[in-house]
Amino acid sequence: MPAPARSAVESTVMSDNGTVALASSRRTSPSRVARREKIIGWLFVVPALLMYAVFVLLPLVLSVQYSFFRWDGIGPMTWMGLQNYLTVLEVPDLLGTIYNAFRLVLFFSFIPVTLGLVVASIIHRVATGRLGEIARTVLFLPQVIPLVAAGIIWGWLLALPGLINQMLRAAGLGVIARAWLGDFDWALPAVGLIGIWVLLGFCTVLLLTGMTKVDPALYESARIDGAGWLTEFLSITVPLLRQEIGVCLTVTVIAALAAFDIVYVSTAGGPGNSTAVPGIQIYILAFTEQRIGLASALAVLLMILVLVVILPIQRLSREETP
Amino acid sequence: MRVGRSELFAGRALLVVLMVITILPFISIFTTALHPSGTLPSGLEWPANPQWGNFVQAFKVANMTALLASSSFIVVAVVPVSLLISTMAAFAIGLLRIPGERVLLFLFVFGLTLPFGGIIVPLYYLERAMGIYNTRLAIVLPLIGLYMPFAVFWMRAHFVNMPAEISEAARVDGASTFDLFWRIHLPLARAPISSLGILMSVWTWNQFLIALVLVEDPTQRTMAGALGAFQGHYATDVPLLCAGTLLILLPTLVLFVLFQRQIIAALLQGSIKG
Repeated sequence: MPAPARSAVESTVMSDNGTVALASSRRTSPSRVARREKIIGWLFVVPALLMYAVFVLLPLVLSVQYSFFRWDGIGPMTWMGLQNYLTVLEVPDLLGTIYNAFRLVLFFSFIPVTLGLVVASIIHRVATGRLGEIARTVLFLPQVIPLVAAGIIWGWLLALPGLINQMLRAAGLGVIARAWLGDFDWALPAVGLIGIWVLLGFCTVLLLTGMTKVDPALYESARIDGAGWLTEFLSITVPLLRQEIGVCLTVTVIAALAAFDIVYVSTAGGPGNSTAVPGIQIYILAFTEQRIGLASALAVLLMILVLVVILPIQRLSREETP
Repeated sequence: MRVGRSELFAGRALLVVLMVITILPFISIFTTALHPSGTLPSGLEWPANPQWGNFVQAFKVANMTALLASSSFIVVAVVPVSLLISTMAAFAIGLLRIPGERVLLFLFVFGLTLPFGGIIVPLYYLERAMGIYNTRLAIVLPLIGLYMPFAVFWMRAHFVNMPAEISEAARVDGASTFDLFWRIHLPLARAPISSLGILMSVWTWNQFLIALVLVEDPTQRTMAGALGAFQGHYATDVPLLCAGTLLILLPTLVLFVLFQRQIIAALLQGSIKG
Protein backbone atom coordinates (compact mmCIF):
# COMPACT_ATOMS: atom_id res chain seq x y z
CA MET A 1 0.00 0.00 0.00
CA PRO A 2 2.57 2.67 0.96
CA ALA A 3 4.88 2.25 -2.04
CA PRO A 4 2.51 3.24 -4.90
CA ALA A 5 1.01 6.02 -2.77
CA ARG A 6 4.41 7.63 -2.28
CA SER A 7 5.32 7.54 -5.97
CA ALA A 8 1.98 9.16 -6.81
CA VAL A 9 2.77 12.03 -4.45
CA GLU A 10 6.23 12.56 -5.90
CA SER A 11 4.95 12.66 -9.48
CA THR A 12 2.33 15.35 -8.75
CA VAL A 13 4.86 17.45 -6.88
CA MET A 14 7.29 17.26 -9.78
CA SER A 15 4.73 18.20 -12.44
CA ASP A 16 3.69 21.17 -10.28
CA ASN A 17 7.28 22.34 -10.03
CA GLY A 18 7.75 21.89 -13.74
CA THR A 19 4.96 24.29 -14.75
CA VAL A 20 5.09 27.29 -12.40
CA ALA A 21 8.18 26.97 -10.28
CA LEU A 22 8.05 29.72 -7.65
CA ALA A 23 4.35 30.29 -7.07
CA SER A 24 3.46 26.63 -6.98
CA SER A 25 6.18 25.66 -4.52
CA ARG A 26 4.73 28.14 -2.02
CA ARG A 27 1.26 26.79 -2.69
CA THR A 28 2.05 23.06 -2.64
CA SER A 29 4.29 22.91 0.38
CA PRO A 30 1.46 22.73 2.97
CA SER A 31 -0.45 20.16 0.93
CA ARG A 32 2.77 18.28 0.37
CA VAL A 33 3.26 18.11 4.13
CA ALA A 34 -0.35 17.03 4.54
CA ARG A 35 0.12 14.23 2.03
CA ARG A 36 3.31 13.11 3.68
CA GLU A 37 1.38 13.06 6.97
CA LYS A 38 -1.37 10.94 5.45
CA ILE A 39 1.16 8.40 4.25
CA ILE A 40 2.90 8.30 7.60
CA GLY A 41 -0.52 7.91 9.24
CA TRP A 42 -1.27 4.96 7.02
CA LEU A 43 2.08 3.40 7.84
CA PHE A 44 0.97 3.30 11.49
CA VAL A 45 -2.02 1.14 10.52
CA VAL A 46 -0.17 -1.24 8.22
CA PRO A 47 1.25 -3.76 10.77
CA ALA A 48 -2.09 -4.25 12.56
CA LEU A 49 -3.99 -4.39 9.29
CA LEU A 50 -1.54 -6.89 7.84
CA MET A 51 -1.81 -9.33 10.78
CA TYR A 52 -5.61 -8.96 10.79
CA ALA A 53 -5.88 -9.43 7.03
CA VAL A 54 -3.62 -12.50 6.85
CA PHE A 55 -4.82 -14.36 9.95
CA VAL A 56 -8.48 -13.34 10.16
CA LEU A 57 -9.86 -11.85 6.94
CA LEU A 58 -8.09 -14.26 4.59
CA PRO A 59 -9.26 -17.36 6.53
CA LEU A 60 -12.74 -15.83 6.57
CA VAL A 61 -12.76 -15.54 2.78
CA LEU A 62 -11.31 -19.06 2.49
CA SER A 63 -14.10 -20.38 4.75
CA VAL A 64 -16.67 -18.98 2.35
CA GLN A 65 -14.73 -20.39 -0.62
CA TYR A 66 -14.36 -23.90 0.88
CA SER A 67 -18.06 -23.95 1.70
CA PHE A 68 -18.94 -24.17 -2.01
CA PHE A 69 -16.75 -27.24 -2.61
CA ARG A 70 -16.45 -30.87 -1.66
CA TRP A 71 -12.90 -31.34 -0.37
CA ASP A 72 -11.11 -33.91 1.79
CA GLY A 73 -8.20 -31.59 2.56
CA ILE A 74 -5.74 -33.35 0.24
CA GLY A 75 -7.25 -34.22 -3.15
CA PRO A 76 -8.85 -31.93 -5.74
CA MET A 77 -11.81 -29.72 -4.82
CA THR A 78 -15.19 -30.38 -6.46
CA TRP A 79 -17.62 -27.49 -7.01
CA MET A 80 -20.86 -28.11 -5.11
CA GLY A 81 -22.66 -24.78 -5.35
CA LEU A 82 -24.98 -24.37 -2.36
CA GLN A 83 -25.24 -28.11 -1.74
CA ASN A 84 -23.21 -28.00 1.50
CA TYR A 85 -25.56 -25.38 2.94
CA LEU A 86 -28.58 -27.46 1.96
CA THR A 87 -27.00 -30.50 3.62
CA VAL A 88 -26.50 -28.57 6.88
CA LEU A 89 -30.15 -27.50 6.81
CA GLU A 90 -31.45 -30.96 5.89
CA VAL A 91 -29.42 -33.41 7.98
CA PRO A 92 -30.99 -33.49 11.46
CA ASP A 93 -27.65 -34.06 13.22
CA LEU A 94 -26.19 -30.91 11.66
CA LEU A 95 -29.22 -28.68 12.07
CA GLY A 96 -29.51 -30.08 15.59
CA THR A 97 -26.21 -28.42 16.55
CA ILE A 98 -27.77 -25.01 15.89
CA TYR A 99 -30.83 -26.00 17.92
CA ASN A 100 -28.50 -27.10 20.76
CA ALA A 101 -26.65 -23.77 20.57
CA PHE A 102 -29.92 -21.95 21.16
CA ARG A 103 -30.77 -24.25 24.08
CA LEU A 104 -27.37 -23.33 25.54
CA VAL A 105 -28.31 -19.64 25.26
CA LEU A 106 -30.94 -20.28 27.93
CA PHE A 107 -28.28 -21.54 30.35
CA PHE A 108 -25.27 -19.44 29.36
CA SER A 109 -27.16 -16.21 28.85
CA PHE A 110 -30.72 -15.98 30.13
CA ILE A 111 -30.15 -17.56 33.56
CA PRO A 112 -26.81 -15.84 34.40
CA VAL A 113 -28.13 -12.42 33.36
CA THR A 114 -31.40 -12.76 35.27
CA LEU A 115 -29.77 -14.30 38.32
CA GLY A 116 -26.91 -11.81 38.05
CA LEU A 117 -29.37 -8.92 38.22
CA VAL A 118 -30.94 -10.38 41.35
CA VAL A 119 -27.63 -11.14 43.07
CA ALA A 120 -26.13 -7.78 42.15
CA SER A 121 -29.09 -5.91 43.55
CA ILE A 122 -28.84 -7.95 46.76
CA ILE A 123 -25.15 -7.10 47.12
CA HIS A 124 -25.95 -3.49 46.34
CA ARG A 125 -28.66 -3.36 48.99
CA VAL A 126 -27.35 -5.40 51.89
CA ALA A 127 -23.60 -5.84 51.48
CA THR A 128 -21.92 -2.59 50.62
CA GLY A 129 -18.88 -3.10 52.83
CA ARG A 130 -16.29 -5.80 53.26
CA LEU A 131 -18.69 -8.68 52.48
CA GLY A 132 -19.55 -7.09 49.14
CA GLU A 133 -15.84 -6.80 48.27
CA ILE A 134 -15.20 -10.44 49.10
CA ALA A 135 -18.32 -11.58 47.25
CA ARG A 136 -17.20 -9.71 44.13
CA THR A 137 -13.82 -11.43 44.14
CA VAL A 138 -15.12 -14.91 44.92
CA LEU A 139 -17.96 -14.82 42.39
CA PHE A 140 -15.56 -13.59 39.71
CA LEU A 141 -13.10 -16.44 40.25
CA PRO A 142 -14.59 -18.89 37.67
CA GLN A 143 -14.22 -16.21 35.00
CA VAL A 144 -10.41 -16.12 35.12
CA ILE A 145 -9.69 -19.85 34.94
CA PRO A 146 -9.51 -21.51 31.51
CA LEU A 147 -12.87 -22.84 30.31
CA VAL A 148 -11.11 -26.18 29.78
CA ALA A 149 -10.37 -26.33 33.50
CA ALA A 150 -13.99 -25.50 34.30
CA GLY A 151 -15.01 -28.36 32.01
CA ILE A 152 -12.64 -30.83 33.70
CA ILE A 153 -13.64 -29.76 37.22
CA TRP A 154 -17.34 -30.11 36.48
CA GLY A 155 -16.78 -33.31 34.55
CA TRP A 156 -15.72 -34.76 37.88
CA LEU A 157 -18.41 -33.01 39.97
CA LEU A 158 -21.17 -34.32 37.68
CA ALA A 159 -19.74 -37.86 37.47
CA LEU A 160 -21.46 -40.79 39.17
CA PRO A 161 -19.37 -40.64 42.39
CA GLY A 162 -19.01 -36.84 42.13
CA LEU A 163 -20.06 -34.09 44.48
CA ILE A 164 -23.48 -33.37 42.90
CA ASN A 165 -24.68 -36.97 43.32
CA GLN A 166 -23.10 -37.16 46.79
CA MET A 167 -25.15 -34.13 47.83
CA LEU A 168 -28.31 -35.51 46.25
CA ARG A 169 -27.86 -38.77 48.16
CA ALA A 170 -27.27 -36.84 51.39
CA ALA A 171 -30.53 -34.99 50.75
CA GLY A 172 -32.35 -38.29 50.28
CA LEU A 173 -32.64 -37.80 46.52
CA GLY A 174 -30.35 -40.70 45.64
CA VAL A 175 -32.98 -41.99 43.18
CA ILE A 176 -32.29 -39.24 40.68
CA ALA A 177 -28.50 -39.53 40.97
CA ARG A 178 -26.94 -40.37 37.62
CA ALA A 179 -23.91 -39.73 35.41
CA TRP A 180 -25.31 -36.37 34.37
CA LEU A 181 -23.00 -35.73 31.42
CA GLY A 182 -23.63 -39.22 30.04
CA ASP A 183 -27.42 -38.93 30.15
CA PHE A 184 -29.22 -38.20 26.86
CA ASP A 185 -31.79 -35.92 28.49
CA TRP A 186 -29.62 -34.30 31.13
CA ALA A 187 -26.26 -33.79 29.41
CA LEU A 188 -27.17 -30.46 27.83
CA PRO A 189 -28.61 -28.90 31.00
CA ALA A 190 -25.53 -30.25 32.84
CA VAL A 191 -23.23 -28.48 30.36
CA GLY A 192 -25.47 -25.45 30.82
CA LEU A 193 -24.89 -25.60 34.56
CA ILE A 194 -21.14 -25.30 33.94
CA GLY A 195 -21.87 -22.20 31.87
CA ILE A 196 -23.96 -20.72 34.68
CA TRP A 197 -21.12 -21.30 37.14
CA VAL A 198 -18.60 -19.59 34.83
CA LEU A 199 -20.74 -16.65 33.72
CA LEU A 200 -22.88 -15.78 36.76
CA GLY A 201 -20.04 -14.02 38.57
CA PHE A 202 -19.08 -12.05 35.49
CA CYS A 203 -22.66 -10.81 34.98
CA THR A 204 -23.10 -10.06 38.68
CA VAL A 205 -19.95 -7.97 38.99
CA LEU A 206 -20.60 -6.12 35.72
CA LEU A 207 -24.19 -5.29 36.71
CA LEU A 208 -23.06 -4.31 40.20
CA THR A 209 -20.61 -1.82 38.73
CA GLY A 210 -23.49 -0.36 36.73
CA MET A 211 -25.64 -0.08 39.86
CA THR A 212 -23.02 1.86 41.77
CA LYS A 213 -23.13 4.46 38.98
CA VAL A 214 -26.87 5.01 39.46
CA ASP A 215 -27.55 8.14 41.53
CA PRO A 216 -27.94 6.91 45.14
CA ALA A 217 -30.59 9.61 45.71
CA LEU A 218 -32.93 7.57 43.51
CA TYR A 219 -32.62 4.58 45.80
CA GLU A 220 -32.79 6.77 48.92
CA SER A 221 -36.04 8.39 47.89
CA ALA A 222 -37.48 5.02 46.91
CA ARG A 223 -36.58 3.65 50.32
CA ILE A 224 -38.05 6.67 52.12
CA ASP A 225 -41.25 5.95 50.22
CA GLY A 226 -41.00 2.48 51.70
CA ALA A 227 -40.24 0.68 48.45
CA GLY A 228 -39.42 -2.97 48.94
CA TRP A 229 -36.70 -4.88 47.17
CA LEU A 230 -38.89 -5.90 44.24
CA THR A 231 -40.26 -2.42 43.52
CA GLU A 232 -36.80 -0.93 43.69
CA PHE A 233 -35.49 -3.67 41.44
CA LEU A 234 -38.14 -3.36 38.74
CA SER A 235 -38.61 0.40 38.71
CA ILE A 236 -35.03 1.65 39.17
CA THR A 237 -32.41 -1.04 38.65
CA VAL A 238 -33.56 -2.80 35.48
CA PRO A 239 -34.49 0.27 33.38
CA LEU A 240 -31.32 2.18 34.28
CA LEU A 241 -29.03 -0.77 33.58
CA ARG A 242 -30.08 -1.24 29.96
CA GLN A 243 -26.60 -0.81 28.64
CA GLU A 244 -24.95 -3.16 31.16
CA ILE A 245 -27.66 -5.76 30.57
CA GLY A 246 -27.00 -5.41 26.84
CA VAL A 247 -23.29 -6.04 27.38
CA CYS A 248 -23.97 -9.11 29.54
CA LEU A 249 -26.36 -10.49 26.93
CA THR A 250 -23.88 -9.88 24.10
CA VAL A 251 -20.96 -11.55 25.86
CA THR A 252 -22.97 -14.53 27.12
CA VAL A 253 -24.91 -15.13 23.89
CA ILE A 254 -21.62 -15.25 21.95
CA ALA A 255 -20.26 -17.62 24.62
CA ALA A 256 -23.26 -19.91 24.06
CA LEU A 257 -23.50 -19.86 20.27
CA ALA A 258 -19.73 -20.17 19.78
CA ALA A 259 -19.21 -22.62 22.69
CA PHE A 260 -16.38 -25.08 22.20
CA ASP A 261 -13.96 -25.51 25.13
CA ILE A 262 -16.43 -26.53 27.84
CA VAL A 263 -18.37 -28.89 25.58
CA TYR A 264 -15.27 -30.47 24.04
CA VAL A 265 -13.80 -31.27 27.44
CA SER A 266 -16.93 -32.30 29.33
CA THR A 267 -18.94 -34.29 26.74
CA ALA A 268 -17.26 -33.89 23.30
CA GLY A 269 -20.79 -33.48 21.94
CA GLY A 270 -22.17 -36.71 23.36
CA PRO A 271 -23.88 -38.82 24.36
CA GLY A 272 -24.99 -39.34 20.77
CA ASN A 273 -25.35 -35.81 19.48
CA SER A 274 -27.21 -34.51 22.49
CA THR A 275 -24.68 -31.76 23.33
CA ALA A 276 -23.16 -31.23 19.87
CA VAL A 277 -22.92 -27.50 19.13
CA PRO A 278 -21.69 -25.93 15.86
CA GLY A 279 -18.13 -25.41 17.18
CA ILE A 280 -17.79 -29.11 18.04
CA GLN A 281 -19.40 -30.25 14.81
CA ILE A 282 -17.08 -28.05 12.71
CA TYR A 283 -14.11 -29.58 14.51
CA ILE A 284 -15.35 -33.15 13.98
CA LEU A 285 -16.34 -32.63 10.33
CA ALA A 286 -13.05 -30.97 9.43
CA PHE A 287 -10.47 -32.84 11.48
CA THR A 288 -11.84 -36.34 11.98
CA GLU A 289 -14.16 -36.81 8.98
CA GLN A 290 -12.14 -34.69 6.51
CA ARG A 291 -15.28 -33.06 5.11
CA ILE A 292 -13.82 -29.57 4.79
CA GLY A 293 -16.57 -28.13 2.58
CA LEU A 294 -19.38 -29.17 4.89
CA ALA A 295 -17.47 -27.97 7.96
CA SER A 296 -16.93 -24.60 6.28
CA ALA A 297 -20.60 -24.23 5.36
CA LEU A 298 -21.51 -24.79 9.02
CA ALA A 299 -18.78 -22.30 10.04
CA VAL A 300 -20.18 -19.63 7.71
CA LEU A 301 -23.70 -20.25 9.02
CA LEU A 302 -22.39 -19.97 12.60
CA MET A 303 -20.75 -16.60 11.88
CA ILE A 304 -23.93 -15.28 10.24
CA LEU A 305 -26.02 -16.60 13.13
CA VAL A 306 -23.89 -14.78 15.74
CA LEU A 307 -24.15 -11.51 13.80
CA VAL A 308 -27.91 -11.85 13.33
CA VAL A 309 -28.50 -12.48 17.03
CA ILE A 310 -26.03 -9.90 18.37
CA LEU A 311 -26.96 -6.88 16.21
CA PRO A 312 -30.52 -6.45 17.58
CA ILE A 313 -29.24 -6.80 21.17
CA GLN A 314 -26.65 -4.10 20.51
CA ARG A 315 -29.26 -1.83 18.93
CA LEU A 316 -31.76 -2.29 21.75
CA SER A 317 -29.26 -1.63 24.53
CA ARG A 318 -27.75 1.45 22.85
CA GLU A 319 -31.08 3.14 22.07
CA GLU A 320 -32.54 5.64 24.52
CA THR A 321 -29.82 5.12 27.06
CA PRO A 322 -30.22 7.81 29.71
CA MET B 1 -30.27 3.11 54.77
CA ARG B 2 -33.70 1.70 55.46
CA VAL B 3 -33.07 -1.95 54.88
CA GLY B 4 -34.92 -4.21 57.26
CA ARG B 5 -32.98 -6.41 59.66
CA SER B 6 -34.52 -9.63 58.37
CA GLU B 7 -33.88 -8.62 54.77
CA LEU B 8 -30.30 -7.80 55.66
CA PHE B 9 -29.85 -11.22 57.19
CA ALA B 10 -31.56 -13.11 54.36
CA GLY B 11 -29.62 -11.24 51.71
CA ARG B 12 -26.28 -11.85 53.35
CA ALA B 13 -27.07 -15.51 53.96
CA LEU B 14 -27.95 -15.94 50.28
CA LEU B 15 -24.70 -14.28 49.30
CA VAL B 16 -22.66 -16.61 51.50
CA VAL B 17 -24.45 -19.63 50.01
CA LEU B 18 -23.60 -18.40 46.51
CA MET B 19 -19.96 -17.94 47.45
CA VAL B 20 -19.85 -21.47 48.87
CA ILE B 21 -21.35 -22.84 45.62
CA THR B 22 -18.68 -20.98 43.65
CA ILE B 23 -15.82 -22.27 45.81
CA LEU B 24 -17.04 -25.83 46.40
CA PRO B 25 -15.89 -27.21 43.01
CA PHE B 26 -12.33 -26.09 43.78
CA ILE B 27 -12.45 -27.74 47.20
CA SER B 28 -13.84 -30.93 45.68
CA ILE B 29 -10.99 -31.32 43.20
CA PHE B 30 -8.50 -30.43 45.95
CA THR B 31 -9.67 -33.21 48.30
CA THR B 32 -9.94 -35.60 45.34
CA ALA B 33 -6.38 -34.79 44.30
CA LEU B 34 -5.14 -36.00 47.71
CA HIS B 35 -6.57 -39.51 47.33
CA PRO B 36 -4.32 -42.38 46.22
CA SER B 37 -3.68 -42.30 42.48
CA GLY B 38 -5.97 -44.64 40.55
CA THR B 39 -8.75 -44.78 43.17
CA LEU B 40 -12.24 -43.38 42.70
CA PRO B 41 -13.16 -41.35 45.81
CA SER B 42 -16.40 -39.51 46.57
CA GLY B 43 -16.85 -35.91 45.52
CA LEU B 44 -16.04 -34.36 48.86
CA GLU B 45 -14.14 -36.60 51.22
CA TRP B 46 -10.95 -35.86 53.16
CA PRO B 47 -8.60 -38.81 52.55
CA ALA B 48 -7.40 -40.95 55.47
CA ASN B 49 -3.86 -40.60 54.22
CA PRO B 50 -3.39 -37.43 52.09
CA GLN B 51 -1.18 -38.15 49.08
CA TRP B 52 0.66 -34.85 48.66
CA GLY B 53 2.99 -36.71 46.34
CA ASN B 54 0.24 -36.63 43.67
CA PHE B 55 1.13 -33.04 42.97
CA VAL B 56 4.78 -33.95 42.45
CA GLN B 57 3.78 -36.81 40.18
CA ALA B 58 1.35 -34.64 38.18
CA PHE B 59 4.06 -31.99 37.89
CA LYS B 60 6.36 -34.56 36.27
CA VAL B 61 3.71 -36.30 34.17
CA ALA B 62 2.27 -33.05 32.81
CA ASN B 63 5.80 -31.82 32.11
CA MET B 64 4.98 -28.61 33.95
CA THR B 65 8.38 -26.99 33.53
CA ALA B 66 8.14 -27.21 29.74
CA LEU B 67 4.50 -26.08 29.87
CA LEU B 68 5.21 -23.02 31.95
CA ALA B 69 8.06 -22.10 29.64
CA SER B 70 5.94 -22.62 26.52
CA SER B 71 2.94 -20.65 27.80
CA SER B 72 5.15 -17.83 29.03
CA PHE B 73 6.93 -17.72 25.68
CA ILE B 74 3.61 -17.49 23.83
CA VAL B 75 2.32 -14.71 26.10
CA VAL B 76 5.58 -12.77 25.79
CA ALA B 77 5.53 -13.16 22.01
CA VAL B 78 1.87 -12.21 21.57
CA VAL B 79 1.13 -9.46 24.07
CA PRO B 80 3.85 -6.79 23.50
CA VAL B 81 3.60 -7.03 19.71
CA SER B 82 -0.20 -6.86 19.82
CA LEU B 83 -0.07 -3.89 22.19
CA LEU B 84 2.37 -1.98 19.99
CA ILE B 85 0.76 -2.51 16.60
CA SER B 86 -2.83 -2.06 17.84
CA THR B 87 -1.89 1.16 19.65
CA MET B 88 -0.18 2.45 16.50
CA ALA B 89 -3.23 1.66 14.38
CA ALA B 90 -5.64 3.16 16.92
CA PHE B 91 -3.46 6.29 17.12
CA ALA B 92 -3.73 6.75 13.34
CA ILE B 93 -7.47 5.98 13.25
CA GLY B 94 -8.60 7.79 16.41
CA LEU B 95 -6.16 10.71 16.65
CA LEU B 96 -4.57 11.41 13.28
CA ARG B 97 -7.95 10.75 11.61
CA ILE B 98 -6.24 9.50 8.47
CA PRO B 99 -8.37 9.33 5.33
CA GLY B 100 -10.41 6.16 5.31
CA GLU B 101 -10.50 5.97 9.12
CA ARG B 102 -14.22 5.13 9.14
CA VAL B 103 -13.76 2.25 6.70
CA LEU B 104 -10.75 0.97 8.65
CA LEU B 105 -12.64 1.16 11.94
CA PHE B 106 -15.60 -0.68 10.45
CA LEU B 107 -13.25 -3.34 9.09
CA PHE B 108 -11.75 -3.94 12.53
CA VAL B 109 -15.06 -3.75 14.43
CA PHE B 110 -16.49 -6.32 12.02
CA GLY B 111 -14.12 -8.88 13.57
CA LEU B 112 -15.34 -8.30 17.13
CA THR B 113 -18.09 -10.93 17.16
CA LEU B 114 -16.24 -13.44 15.00
CA PRO B 115 -16.22 -16.90 16.63
CA PHE B 116 -12.80 -18.60 16.38
CA GLY B 117 -14.60 -21.72 15.18
CA GLY B 118 -15.57 -19.86 12.02
CA ILE B 119 -12.01 -19.53 10.74
CA ILE B 120 -10.14 -22.37 12.41
CA VAL B 121 -10.41 -24.77 9.44
CA PRO B 122 -8.85 -22.48 6.77
CA LEU B 123 -6.31 -21.34 9.36
CA TYR B 124 -5.11 -24.93 9.67
CA TYR B 125 -4.55 -25.29 5.90
CA LEU B 126 -3.09 -21.79 5.65
CA GLU B 127 -0.52 -22.55 8.34
CA ARG B 128 0.40 -25.86 6.72
CA ALA B 129 1.05 -23.97 3.48
CA MET B 130 3.09 -21.34 5.34
CA GLY B 131 5.13 -24.04 7.06
CA ILE B 132 4.42 -22.81 10.59
CA TYR B 133 1.95 -25.57 11.54
CA ASN B 134 2.92 -27.36 14.78
CA THR B 135 5.31 -24.62 15.93
CA ARG B 136 4.66 -21.99 18.60
CA LEU B 137 4.34 -19.43 15.79
CA ALA B 138 1.21 -21.33 14.75
CA ILE B 139 -0.41 -20.05 17.95
CA VAL B 140 1.35 -16.69 18.23
CA LEU B 141 0.64 -15.22 14.78
CA PRO B 142 -3.12 -15.94 14.54
CA LEU B 143 -3.65 -14.74 18.10
CA ILE B 144 -2.06 -11.38 17.26
CA GLY B 145 -4.37 -11.12 14.25
CA LEU B 146 -7.43 -12.21 16.21
CA TYR B 147 -6.79 -9.67 18.98
CA MET B 148 -6.60 -6.74 16.53
CA PRO B 149 -10.33 -5.94 16.33
CA PHE B 150 -10.73 -5.67 20.07
CA ALA B 151 -7.35 -4.06 20.75
CA VAL B 152 -7.72 -1.40 18.05
CA PHE B 153 -11.28 -0.68 19.18
CA TRP B 154 -10.16 -0.41 22.81
CA MET B 155 -7.20 1.88 22.15
CA ARG B 156 -9.17 4.02 19.69
CA ALA B 157 -11.68 4.78 22.46
CA HIS B 158 -8.75 6.26 24.40
CA PHE B 159 -7.30 8.31 21.54
CA VAL B 160 -10.64 9.71 20.42
CA ASN B 161 -11.08 11.27 23.85
CA MET B 162 -7.66 12.92 23.95
CA PRO B 163 -7.96 16.73 23.80
CA ALA B 164 -6.65 18.09 20.49
CA GLU B 165 -4.65 20.80 22.32
CA ILE B 166 -2.04 18.27 23.37
CA SER B 167 -1.21 17.32 19.78
CA GLU B 168 -1.45 20.92 18.56
CA ALA B 169 0.99 22.16 21.21
CA ALA B 170 3.44 19.40 20.27
CA ARG B 171 3.10 20.23 16.57
CA VAL B 172 3.87 23.90 17.25
CA ASP B 173 7.04 22.75 19.00
CA GLY B 174 7.96 20.96 15.80
CA ALA B 175 7.20 17.37 16.77
CA SER B 176 6.99 14.88 13.91
CA THR B 177 4.16 12.35 13.74
CA PHE B 178 6.50 9.74 15.13
CA ASP B 179 7.52 12.01 18.06
CA LEU B 180 3.86 12.74 18.70
CA PHE B 181 3.19 9.02 19.01
CA TRP B 182 6.30 7.84 20.81
CA ARG B 183 7.08 10.75 23.15
CA ILE B 184 3.66 12.21 23.87
CA HIS B 185 0.73 9.90 23.31
CA LEU B 186 2.28 6.54 24.18
CA PRO B 187 3.20 7.62 27.74
CA LEU B 188 -0.27 9.20 28.15
CA ALA B 189 -1.93 5.91 27.13
CA ARG B 190 -0.21 3.87 29.82
CA ALA B 191 -3.43 3.04 31.73
CA PRO B 192 -5.53 1.64 28.84
CA ILE B 193 -2.45 -0.16 27.49
CA SER B 194 -1.80 -1.96 30.77
CA SER B 195 -5.45 -3.01 31.11
CA LEU B 196 -5.36 -4.32 27.56
CA GLY B 197 -2.12 -6.13 28.35
CA ILE B 198 -3.71 -7.89 31.34
CA LEU B 199 -6.72 -8.90 29.23
CA MET B 200 -4.68 -10.29 26.37
CA SER B 201 -2.36 -12.19 28.74
CA VAL B 202 -5.31 -13.92 30.41
CA TRP B 203 -6.92 -14.73 27.05
CA THR B 204 -3.67 -16.10 25.65
CA TRP B 205 -2.91 -18.24 28.69
CA ASN B 206 -6.44 -19.69 28.54
CA GLN B 207 -6.55 -20.19 24.77
CA PHE B 208 -7.66 -23.70 23.88
CA LEU B 209 -9.12 -24.23 20.39
CA ILE B 210 -6.22 -22.67 18.49
CA ALA B 211 -3.67 -24.62 20.51
CA LEU B 212 -5.61 -27.86 20.08
CA VAL B 213 -5.93 -27.60 16.31
CA LEU B 214 -2.69 -25.95 15.27
CA VAL B 215 -0.11 -27.59 17.54
CA GLU B 216 0.12 -31.35 18.06
CA ASP B 217 2.85 -31.35 20.71
CA PRO B 218 1.25 -30.41 24.09
CA THR B 219 4.53 -29.02 25.44
CA GLN B 220 4.48 -26.39 22.67
CA ARG B 221 0.96 -25.27 23.59
CA THR B 222 -0.65 -22.81 25.98
CA MET B 223 -1.56 -23.93 29.50
CA ALA B 224 -5.19 -24.54 28.61
CA GLY B 225 -4.24 -26.42 25.46
CA ALA B 226 -1.93 -28.68 27.42
CA LEU B 227 -4.64 -29.32 30.00
CA GLY B 228 -6.81 -30.73 27.24
CA ALA B 229 -4.10 -33.22 26.30
CA PHE B 230 -3.51 -34.08 29.96
CA GLN B 231 -7.20 -34.88 30.35
CA GLY B 232 -7.06 -37.16 27.33
CA HIS B 233 -4.29 -39.24 28.89
CA TYR B 234 -5.49 -39.35 32.50
CA ALA B 235 -9.28 -39.36 32.16
CA THR B 236 -9.43 -42.58 34.18
CA ASP B 237 -7.05 -41.56 36.98
CA VAL B 238 -9.26 -38.99 38.68
CA PRO B 239 -6.96 -37.99 41.59
CA LEU B 240 -4.02 -37.40 39.27
CA LEU B 241 -6.22 -35.46 36.80
CA CYS B 242 -7.45 -33.26 39.66
CA ALA B 243 -3.89 -32.68 40.88
CA GLY B 244 -2.76 -31.74 37.37
CA THR B 245 -5.72 -29.41 36.86
CA LEU B 246 -4.97 -27.64 40.15
CA LEU B 247 -1.31 -27.23 39.21
CA ILE B 248 -2.24 -25.75 35.85
CA LEU B 249 -4.72 -23.41 37.56
CA LEU B 250 -2.28 -22.31 40.22
CA PRO B 251 -0.43 -19.57 38.27
CA THR B 252 -3.75 -18.03 37.15
CA LEU B 253 -5.22 -18.18 40.66
CA VAL B 254 -2.13 -16.61 42.25
CA LEU B 255 -2.09 -13.82 39.67
CA PHE B 256 -5.80 -13.24 40.14
CA VAL B 257 -5.50 -12.93 43.92
CA LEU B 258 -2.54 -10.55 43.55
CA PHE B 259 -4.02 -8.35 40.83
CA GLN B 260 -7.75 -8.94 41.35
CA ARG B 261 -8.67 -5.27 41.25
CA GLN B 262 -6.90 -4.62 37.96
CA ILE B 263 -8.05 -7.90 36.38
CA ILE B 264 -11.71 -7.41 37.30
CA ALA B 265 -11.60 -3.77 36.18
CA ALA B 266 -9.92 -4.68 32.88
CA LEU B 267 -12.31 -7.53 32.09
CA LEU B 268 -15.35 -5.38 32.86
CA GLN B 269 -14.18 -2.36 30.87
CA GLY B 270 -13.20 -4.75 28.11
CA SER B 271 -16.70 -6.12 27.76
CA ILE B 272 -18.34 -2.69 27.96
CA LYS B 273 -16.19 -1.28 25.20
CA GLY B 274 -16.56 -4.44 23.14
